Amino acid sequence: MQTTECPDCVIEVQNLTKVYKMGEIEVHALRGVSFKIFKGEVISIMGPSGSGKSTLMNTLGCLDRPTAGAYFLDGELVSRMNDDQLASVRNRKVGFVFQSFNLLPRMTALANVELPLRYAGQRKGRLDIARQSLEAVGLADRIYHKPTELSGGQQQRVAIARALVNDPAILMADEPTGNLDSKSGKEIMELILRLNQTRGTTIIIVTHDPTVAAQTQRVIRLSDGLLVEESA
Amino acid sequence: MNFWQAILEALESVTANKMRSGLTILGIVIGVAAVIAMLAVGDGAQASITGSISGIGSNLLFVFPGNRQEEVRSVEPLTLSDAQALADVFQAPAVQDIAPVIADNLEVSYGGERRRVSINGVTPSYQPVRSYDLLEGEFISEDQILGKASVALIGVDVADRFFQRREAIVGETLRIEGQPFRIIGVLAPKGGGSFGSQDDVVLIPYTTAESRLIRRSRDQVDVIYIQSVDADSVTDAADQVTQILRARHRITIGPNDFTVFSQQDFVETARTITGVFTIFLGGIAAISLLVGGIGIMNIMLVSVTERTREIGLRKALGARRVDILIQFLTESSLLSLFGGILGIGLGWLIAYIVGLIAQANDTPFTPIVGLQAILMATLFSTAVGLFFGIYPANRAAGLEPVEALRHE
Repeated sequence: MQTTECPDCVIEVQNLTKVYKMGEIEVHALRGVSFKIFKGEVISIMGPSGSGKSTLMNTLGCLDRPTAGAYFLDGELVSRMNDDQLASVRNRKVGFVFQSFNLLPRMTALANVELPLRYAGQRKGRLDIARQSLEAVGLADRIYHKPTELSGGQQQRVAIARALVNDPAILMADEPTGNLDSKSGKEIMELILRLNQTRGTTIIIVTHDPTVAAQTQRVIRLSDGLLVEESA
Repeated sequence: MNFWQAILEALESVTANKMRSGLTILGIVIGVAAVIAMLAVGDGAQASITGSISGIGSNLLFVFPGNRQEEVRSVEPLTLSDAQALADVFQAPAVQDIAPVIADNLEVSYGGERRRVSINGVTPSYQPVRSYDLLEGEFISEDQILGKASVALIGVDVADRFFQRREAIVGETLRIEGQPFRIIGVLAPKGGGSFGSQDDVVLIPYTTAESRLIRRSRDQVDVIYIQSVDADSVTDAADQVTQILRARHRITIGPNDFTVFSQQDFVETARTITGVFTIFLGGIAAISLLVGGIGIMNIMLVSVTERTREIGLRKALGARRVDILIQFLTESSLLSLFGGILGIGLGWLIAYIVGLIAQANDTPFTPIVGLQAILMATLFSTAVGLFFGIYPANRAAGLEPVEALRHE
């Protein structure tokens, strides 16, 4: 039985390997990646397309399982969990922010933010918690607006409020500023960094943008499924 | 996620695309409406037919010679003395009155008009036993029986045909097989029974018929009508009649060589026939419900494909397999439940219109929309939605989150 060697780590990956089968051909997306992320860190993951960046993000976000290797998230061995256990871990420990926001268009901002609480099986006070989360991202006056009635920056704030509503161990942001103009993008980055400071949430940003990466404490670079550089 | 939330979310999603949802449930609406209307028409027909048989008289029995259900070697005919024996108060206390009849289709003519009509040789007791009323004139009397009088009573159909009127016919003379008969009365209409019109008849004295028109050997009769003392004693009367006739025909073992049939037996037979008819109609209608269900499955599959990204997102937020399954099953059941409710309304309307049309055509017939049919249609349509929702929902629940999120 594998155990975590690092009690202060939020994330510890040991020799992570992922092999996709595309018909007869095997594609090695990750070829043995190991690293640690400590509580409260802000990390960015960079790398060209095909480097295994997306695969690593999906694995860290508990959306996918590695072929081999161990992944500990907040002390739990995630790499051997079944689908429903993974769903539960995603719900409790991971908050997602996507490039294209991924809000449900028919629901209000409040209902969108409330959704993870519903899947958590929480019965009471859901709307209050969701409202507080929206207040924390500065959208207290927009809670009954639908996504189409909000600007891109505001939609991404709703997404961040939704990601934080279950108070997760990590916030996974996939190109969070990719669909925004530079001003809104800057505001979103400021918000994310502020939330890291005020709440101590560990943040992992996957990005192409060097200016975004420059704002993080550490950059993990991938190339051809291998960790090439870990710079501070 | 609790029950009400699942319903609310499903409602939101169903109403988000009203046109499509409407077209989807149309299949179920038509299916359920067809089931409801068919069952209503079937039940209505049953009620109408059994009702008109009951109109014959609930305490009436018929005795025919012969046995149609079992093989009998030598059939002894029913005779007038058999009939008289049945009238014995001591042996047959449940029998109120009897009316032996001989009948045949004979040619009736008046002026240039000629037609074959059912001629019945009857006794005065025929009137109370069959509960005929008279529009005018009077019934055949004992004297006319004894005198073998050439008199006749006619039904309204006969009156309409030959005289184009229903009154002031008494005193006219009809010819039956060329022999003149004076009309002494007109029977009040009884409506269409299940054995041909009861109004297309001519009644003449029994003795006259026997001696001059309908040759029967040894006092033979064709049918004996029996009136029991009340509706509850029909079975008793049938038993007593059977015993007397078996004794008189010297049958100790084996089947009867006659048939005792009560109005209730007719009702039973009619009910069986209309029951089969109703099941048949309902079955055809159920097929359209099935087609509606397949329509729901189709649309749900399209919906799952369209919302792949949404499903991926929900999974990323922590939805388990079962959460997605419930979401889509709720949607399909809700669709078909709506369809079911609308279908009940439409079916009711169709049944009502059928009733109006029937009334406009002088057919006393009211379709009956039973609570049972409504409950069945609701349950069945929801079950159809559930059943045909399983496959699409399963497909949605089985999507890989990574794949689903990447879907455009």
